[in-house]
Amino acid sequence: MLDNLRRLFRYRALIQSLVARDLKARYRGSALGFVWSFVNPLLLLLIYSFVFTVVIERPPEDRLRPFALFMFCGILPWTWFQSSLLESSNVLIAGGNLIRKVLFPAEVLPMVSVLAGMVHFFLGLPILAAFFVYYGRPPLPVDLWWLPVIVLVQLSLTLGLALLVSSLTVHFRDLRDLLANLLTFWFFATPIIYAFDEAPEIVRPYLSLNPFTHLAIAYQEVLFLEGPFTQWRRLLALGAASIVVLAFGYFVFDRLRDTLAEEV
Amino acid sequence: MTTAIAVRDVRKAYRRYGRRKSFGTLKSALLSGQLLSGLRPDEVLEALKGVSFDVPAGRSFGVIGRNGSGKSTLLKLIAGIGKPTTGTVDVHGRVSALIELGAGFHPEISGRENVFINGMMLGLSKREIVRRFDDIVAFAELEDFIDAPVKTYSSGMYMRLGFAVAINVDPDVLLVDEVLAVGDEAFTHKCFDKLAEFRRRGRTVLLVTHALDLVTRFCDEALWLDGGVVRDQGDPKRVVDAYLMDVSRVENEAMAREAVAIDISAHDAGPDGAAAGVQAGSQPDEPADMFRAVEGRWGTREAEIVGVELLGPDGAPAHVFQSGDALDVRMRVRAHQPLTDFVFGVAIFNADGVCCYGTNTSLEGAEPESLIGDGEVVMHLARLDLVDGTYKLDVAVHRQNGAPYDYHRLLHTFRVTSRFKDAGIYRPAHRWTFAGGIRVTGL
Repeated sequence: MLDNLRRLFRYRALIQSLVARDLKARYRGSALGFVWSFVNPLLLLLIYSFVFTVVIERPPEDRLRPFALFMFCGILPWTWFQSSLLESSNVLIAGGNLIRKVLFPAEVLPMVSVLAGMVHFFLGLPILAAFFVYYGRPPLPVDLWWLPVIVLVQLSLTLGLALLVSSLTVHFRDLRDLLANLLTFWFFATPIIYAFDEAPEIVRPYLSLNPFTHLAIAYQEVLFLEGPFTQWRRLLALGAASIVVLAFGYFVFDRLRDTLAEEV
Repeated sequence: MTTAIAVRDVRKAYRRYGRRKSFGTLKSALLSGQLLSGLRPDEVLEALKGVSFDVPAGRSFGVIGRNGSGKSTLLKLIAGIGKPTTGTVDVHGRVSALIELGAGFHPEISGRENVFINGMMLGLSKREIVRRFDDIVAFAELEDFIDAPVKTYSSGMYMRLGFAVAINVDPDVLLVDEVLAVGDEAFTHKCFDKLAEFRRRGRTVLLVTHALDLVTRFCDEALWLDGGVVRDQGDPKRVVDAYLMDVSRVENEAMAREAVAIDISAHDAGPDGAAAGVQAGSQPDEPADMFRAVEGRWGTREAEIVGVELLGPDGAPAHVFQSGDALDVRMRVRAHQPLTDFVFGVAIFNADGVCCYGTNTSLEGAEPESLIGDGEVVMHLARLDLVDGTYKLDVAVHRQNGAPYDYHRLLHTFRVTSRFKDAGIYRPAHRWTFAGGIRVTGL
């Protein structure tokens, strides 16, 4: 395991280049190119804003105004999470030729998916900032210090799940389709297009079982809601748990490593 | 001398999930009620069954064998892409495997970026690639296209770039799997020069190939894998010859099986000759043009060729012959009624359907007197001077005006093998002499 990590460290330049390639190749040949990285979350936001302010006239509580901005705080990190997992469920199968023919640590591939998603997330942050400026409600600078911590926790959680999902889908291809549906459910089971305390009392404990609930609440509190960041204990607990998830994901991946070249 | 590659009693088993692979989705597995049974391996396929050998550092080692003999599996295990089920593989030094050239090239980005990514995948650092970049591009002859997306490359350009990156990894042990047949002649030569340079610098090369002349020319030692076990190992020339002998033997057996099938069909038509003869005479499959190569058998069957055998120099029936060997074509003939008008003919065709030689007893002046009951006709060829290849035989018994009693069109197959891959059809017995300022060895 330690040897693997050392080897992975040697391949860091490859990971870097692959992430850069992923970003470059993704929009190569499309007219808008990189702009899509900004437009995609904006369009998603537009859809939800339309649904929740025009179709369903849902008067949000004052603290949730402007509601679009509130949703955006959750949608942006969720997009990273979702696209990373969806991509890593396919990344080993799509890169099968590589795994079968070239000797290199296969975990590089799901890691690249997650990191590329993270770069997209970072590209979305300036848009978020622009919205905050537009609405004239800058987040508390003290709280902002928590943002890197939240991002790290999410990175660790996502990486762990991505390693798990990518190696398991090679053996159980059904996971790919299951995952797509699971993620839709997961999205609605996370307080992104509603606030946690808007959910009925009996549902809340179940929502709390969802790790992304705490991430979403953390993003919302730090970026959007008034007052200081109160949920930092939960965030740190989730951080510890996500490190366990990462270790477990890596363990499973490592155990399945030798079978990957045969099964993809 | 140190050992570069040590393979010890390596076994590799692949599990095959027949059902699961053919359905592959949860839904279909559920529908067919085979979710659980489908997850059990249907059979275990042993690609390698206990292989051991050593490759000393600095040697060139050739691995030969039929398709499916485990060569590529072995190469992957040595490359570290797979793990042996049991046994050990030890490799000393940096390994680079040319298994598939340009695996992992991304079509949308430029050749330049792909060189970096591919190089890093093969284990080079960024700095090493920067240092070798010009060499790589020059070797691939892609100076003008290196900044174009790889999807715009021709397949030759793609392969060249892949080879250039892999070879510039500068490994201690280079594994090559049948990838040298890329690019044009000039590039192939360049690849070989590069491999030769590798050898001179004392690097180890392990070559998996079907190009046997490459093994005899290039390798210090050869290993013959057959069905996952080592059949032979040692001097390349000896191993390659042993392998070729075995290939001939297997082909011989296959052709013998075909010949038996034809003989049986001949006997089937035998018993009621007259009736069969009338029907056979009106068979529609008699071709209009006799020299168009179509298989078949036709004729009135008043006389029949009931068996055809090819006899080698030792007088035993065979189907594979060395170029230059003696060959007897033996036909067993049966006349269902006494005949006085008959001609025996033999013709040899190559795989392209070109008639290499054809003759008959009438052309050579024989006067038929009588053919009664059973008989045997043998055509003796002192030397079979044909080039390496597969040949088919026409044999016939017919009237002097050409009307066939029994015509076997391309029904009998044999192979001629030769150590030389010379061109053409006919291989006249010959030798070379040199005089004056010319020195040649090997002839």
